[in-house]
Amino acid sequence: MTLARDQVTHVAMLARLGLSDEEVERYRQQLDAILSHVDRLQQVDTSQVGETAQVGGLVNAWREDVRSECLPVEKALANAPKRRRDHFEVGAIQE
Amino acid sequence: MTSTSAVSTLDQVMERWEPVIGLEVHGQLLTRSKMFCGCSADYIGSPPNSNTCPVCLGLPGVLPVMNRVAVEYTVRSALALNCEIPEHSKFDRKNYFYPDLPKGYQISQWDMPLSLNGHLTFTVDGEEVRCGITRVHLEEDTGTLQHAGDILQQARSSVVDLNRAGVPLMEIVGEPDLRTPAQAREYLVRLRQILVYIGVNDGNLEQGSFRCDANISLRKHGDTGLGVKVEVKNMNSFRAVHRALEFEIVRQGRLLDQGQTIAQETRGWVEAKGATISQRSKEYAHDYRYFPEPDLPPLRLSAEFVDRVRAGLPELPQQLAERLQREHGLSAYDAANLTAEREDARAFEALVAAGVPAKAAANWLMGEVARLARETHTPLQGSGLGLEGLASLVKLVEAGSINGSTAKELLEELYLAGGDPAAVVRERGLGQVSDQAELERLVDAVIAENPAAVADFQGGKEQALQRLVGGVMKATSGRADARVVTGLLRERLAR
Ligand SMILES: [Zn+2]
Repeated sequence: MTLARDQVTHVAMLARLGLSDEEVERYRQQLDAILSHVDRLQQVDTSQVGETAQVGGLVNAWREDVRSECLPVEKALANAPKRRRDHFEVGAIQE
Repeated sequence: MTSTSAVSTLDQVMERWEPVIGLEVHGQLLTRSKMFCGCSADYIGSPPNSNTCPVCLGLPGVLPVMNRVAVEYTVRSALALNCEIPEHSKFDRKNYFYPDLPKGYQISQWDMPLSLNGHLTFTVDGEEVRCGITRVHLEEDTGTLQHAGDILQQARSSVVDLNRAGVPLMEIVGEPDLRTPAQAREYLVRLRQILVYIGVNDGNLEQGSFRCDANISLRKHGDTGLGVKVEVKNMNSFRAVHRALEFEIVRQGRLLDQGQTIAQETRGWVEAKGATISQRSKEYAHDYRYFPEPDLPPLRLSAEFVDRVRAGLPELPQQLAERLQREHGLSAYDAANLTAEREDARAFEALVAAGVPAKAAANWLMGEVARLARETHTPLQGSGLGLEGLASLVKLVEAGSINGSTAKELLEELYLAGGDPAAVVRERGLGQVSDQAELERLVDAVIAENPAAVADFQGGKEQALQRLVGGVMKATSGRADARVVTGLLRERLAR
């Protein structure tokens, strides 16, 4: 398969990555190689295999509705790149 | 393409165009803990970022585990909305970046939701409306964003509180079966009522535990295709939904009348302006790249599970209203009023069980009691008087021991303070003057003192009788039964 440049720029946009033209081409080739490799799976005959998203065999792995302890606020915010008092601070969001 | 199209009114637009409206409702589930971790789901009033843990903060290496009760509440809601519950369902990741979404994806359901194909029926202006429910699925709520600074446009930063992140959120997607803002509003009222009745949601639009987005497009009457749809957000009351939809109908109708096309976009309702405004910032990311959530094994809900949830469903508002009409002879209007809130219906049934006639119970609850509950912000069940006190008060009236106006005064006085109405009536001698001889003596005295009124009445002026009744009521400090007094006066004057 051949990955097009605009597919790379679209994925980069979704991932919020600003890529130079040279990078777009480099990643296009690398991603293309990875996808071609994975594409080999298409050769396996799966006509007799049911579609599934999971192979673990577990179902309904749920818990009861019970509260457990939360992190202290200081710990919750410990890795925040920026904080303002007890909040995470981010660039201005205008809805 | 008339020259007046730019100023067409709602009615004029509706003559030319048919609105097609579909609503998406998000309701937070009333669980104790969050959807995928044990943090408290009660985020309102908690200090910022105090209800968080590595799972809901989206830290690496953690494993979400679903809340069984959230699944059950979603199934309960779906069954109340006549949905099918497929045996197999699963969770998916919905990928997008926004600062209130710590993981960079929301755990939601894409192609295998918990339920499908339901409907809600209701009546608007005497017309039965049936709105299809496409699906009810389960997901997690996001955190909340606040904008620092007073003026949004000048804000340099925003702050994030993740207490709400991961709270179980149910999405109810409706079919585009609604044709008027009034239908949309009634659909929401009914939907909210059901969710509150079955105990899964608190129905608070202002705080956003029950929120609604609308999709709306216009088409020519008789067309079956769909026009370009606009998504409307930020409506936090039933009235706002109604107004926003009316605004959109007029806006889109005028554009179409001028031969323009409608942009497919998201618009936000701005209450202060009474208008919807384009939200360009929300346009970019409708490429969510859903894929199955690898950390959560799928759900497999057996018929027994579904049957057990179904068996636990309480009586729904419509069923309850029909039963109250059937069993107690209430009118459809009274029954609908009494079942708007489940507590009112419970109070009604308790009063009737305590021996109060149905019509009297309904009138007191919807009249004086509703007024006092509103004015004091205290429901009857939480008032000093309580159900028992109200029952005893209404029974005093029904037995003729006190009259209606005395009862109203007592209700007002005892509603918050509490007390036994029968005891108060005894202590203060408020009991109705029902001694026949005493009443006859008073009637005769009033007749003797008011020869002019008597002459007027006997001369054919009916109203003159009211002056005489008033005289007797005054003499008894309002404690006589006006009907009995009127009867006695007629009897005496007819002689
Ligand atoms: Zn948590």
